[in-house]
Amino acid sequence: MAGTLAEKVWEAHLVRRGTGGEPDLLYIDLHLVHEVTSPQAFEGLRLAGRPVRRPDLTIATEDHNTPTLDIDRPIADETSRTQIDTLRANAREFGVRLHSLGDADQGIVHQVGPQLGLTMPGLTVVCGDSHTSTHGAFGGLAFGIGTSEVEHVLATQTLPLQPFKTMAITVNGALPPGTTSKDIILAVIAKIGTGGGQGYVLEYRGEAIRKLSMEARMTICNMSIEAGARAGMIAPDETTFEYLKGRPHAPEGADWDAAVEYWKTLRSDDDAEFDAEVVLEAADLEPFVTWGTNPGQGLPISASVPVPADIADESERVAAERSLEYMGLEPGTPLRDVKVDTVFIGSCTNGRIEDLRSVAKVVKGRRKADDVRVLVVPASARVRLQAEAEGLDVIFKDFGAEWRNAGCSMCLGMNPDQLAPGERSASTSNRNFEGRQGKGGRTHLVSPLVAAATAIRGTLSSVADLGLADEVDLTTFDGSPLDGVGAPPITETVVDLPMPVPAGAR
Amino acid sequence: MEKFTTHTGVGVPLRRSNVDTDQIIPAVYLKRVTRTGFEDALFAAWRGDPSFVLNQEAYSAGSVLVAGPDFGTGSSREHAVWALKDYGFRVVLSSRFADIFRGNSGKQGLLAGVVAQEDIEILWKVLETRPGTEVTVDLEARTATADDVTVPFQIDDYTRWRLMEGLDDIGLTLKHADDIAAFEEARASWRPKTLPAKHWPTETVEPARAV
Ligand code: SF4
Repeated sequence: MAGTLAEKVWEAHLVRRGTGGEPDLLYIDLHLVHEVTSPQAFEGLRLAGRPVRRPDLTIATEDHNTPTLDIDRPIADETSRTQIDTLRANAREFGVRLHSLGDADQGIVHQVGPQLGLTMPGLTVVCGDSHTSTHGAFGGLAFGIGTSEVEHVLATQTLPLQPFKTMAITVNGALPPGTTSKDIILAVIAKIGTGGGQGYVLEYRGEAIRKLSMEARMTICNMSIEAGARAGMIAPDETTFEYLKGRPHAPEGADWDAAVEYWKTLRSDDDAEFDAEVVLEAADLEPFVTWGTNPGQGLPISASVPVPADIADESERVAAERSLEYMGLEPGTPLRDVKVDTVFIGSCTNGRIEDLRSVAKVVKGRRKADDVRVLVVPASARVRLQAEAEGLDVIFKDFGAEWRNAGCSMCLGMNPDQLAPGERSASTSNRNFEGRQGKGGRTHLVSPLVAAATAIRGTLSSVADLGLADEVDLTTFDGSPLDGVGAPPITETVVDLPMPVPAGAR
Repeated sequence: MEKFTTHTGVGVPLRRSNVDTDQIIPAVYLKRVTRTGFEDALFAAWRGDPSFVLNQEAYSAGSVLVAGPDFGTGSSREHAVWALKDYGFRVVLSSRFADIFRGNSGKQGLLAGVVAQEDIEILWKVLETRPGTEVTVDLEARTATADDVTVPFQIDDYTRWRLMEGLDDIGLTLKHADDIAAFEEARASWRPKTLPAKHWPTETVEPARAV
């Protein structure tokens, strides 16, 4: 029978098929753990006298609470410190691998898996975090779970699950310059709504998706959850294999060959039936920004803040009014005139090396707008090290940005990186809920390119607004278009940037 | 999870309807990293009131809660069940429960029995006339008895079976441990393992400082 990618991965993990309304029991290949959702799960095991069944399929990292400054000093906030200390004690007690603050492999859990080569096609991946959908970019089934499910997976390495529905999202054509994969997903969410994906696994396909680099694909799958979906997936291809090859945990030798052969079968059959389908033309896309307090309230940057009175649907109108009030925006204001106080570049959505490279490319040799605070937070310590090796940190510092240590940071403001009440940010993260980045904080979700241009001009901007079209080279350092659109597989990236110079020499 | 057949303990009449999970345990307690020790958080907003039922000596050691209709509505927090159990409750009786609360209860070994509202009223009368009266809950027979009053309660067969067997979700899954082991046997060798840990050479990460 013809099957979708999601169905194939599901079938390959069936420990037991449920009968009579009972859920299926699915095997979990990789369980990622962080400090916020795991303490009670470990305690549950302890109370029941159960071990972690497969410590060798489990990996933990500290990310949500970690400070991004002074990481060598004790964590000031008590709740944060307790959660991190608890994770450390649990990891020790149960024999779970942990990458702690200060370790070169510490970072946001959704960066650590792919970066170590643990995230692969055809896996089931879970984590007590909704953005686990990120890992679906490799062609696996990856989704977030709650604390009691975390305990269940720790104890049994399986989960009882009811099947999902499937939705195909086809993006045809090629992205125009200055647009990125972030704009694709923001456009998808604006189109189907924040509840549009409810109950579905989304599979992204089409020419525009195939051309994306691995990291750009992760950005898309990451935000599937903002469309209400449980997971997002992209069928693996050469881009996927090239990304994985040679990573620490990638299969080697005969295992690699066997894996690739299997991975090539992981695609939806031509006659597979999806429960729903959505089609988008990439050529129509513009850089997207959100204006409201949910990720579905987004518009192309050339648009104006919506006028609620013009919205026909009663509940949408009320929602828009409430959002605009919270956001402190006048209906009808061109989005390009909206002034921001802070630009945040980071998170599991857009804190990877390609994101940092594309920002560096735009801001190189420029100064940020005077009153804007710019925070650059790499997704992991490795990303930070890589960026430093390429000299990106110097570009950011010269630009006037703060160069931080890795973590979730201002994406959710559980650590000291928060917006003040009423402060407005352009953020490359994934959620613009009320208070998400700090109590009273106002968030506009944007791509890294828009974030960079906004940091230069001080108002929401795209790279086209810089008026320096010829000066800003819209390709990455290896000559492929920015944000990895159409990037060739990553090999040894040639970087033509100056190496870091000692501070005194400048 | 302990097997549940019968339980006898002090009955606590809670004459309130629509007790939501925020009232059972307020959100501020959700920051904790433990799974036990939530007894102080149970009904936190009411515990300061000396006339609140649990603040009365005769009821303070209660283990069978007899509540008004629509118990456990609101957010799906599992902490609500933890707090009730930590306080010492083994049984909650009400004429109507929120679905998620009832589901969470079954998973955590708290018996949520549905009793007709007239019968709840009768139990309330008995428990209020003689504070400290013990209630015997017989899961096998699906009855609750206080003094000379015996009322029936409803619970679905599946949850009843689980409670009587003392099986939580994990226990249920582990009944299929053989299937899991067989699946693991056949698992392809290219699938990743986190241990032994492999990584690139360790490098020193410079702590960032405020500018
Ligand atoms: S970066 Fe933000 S969205 Fe991603 S895991 Fe951290 S808190 Fe969640």
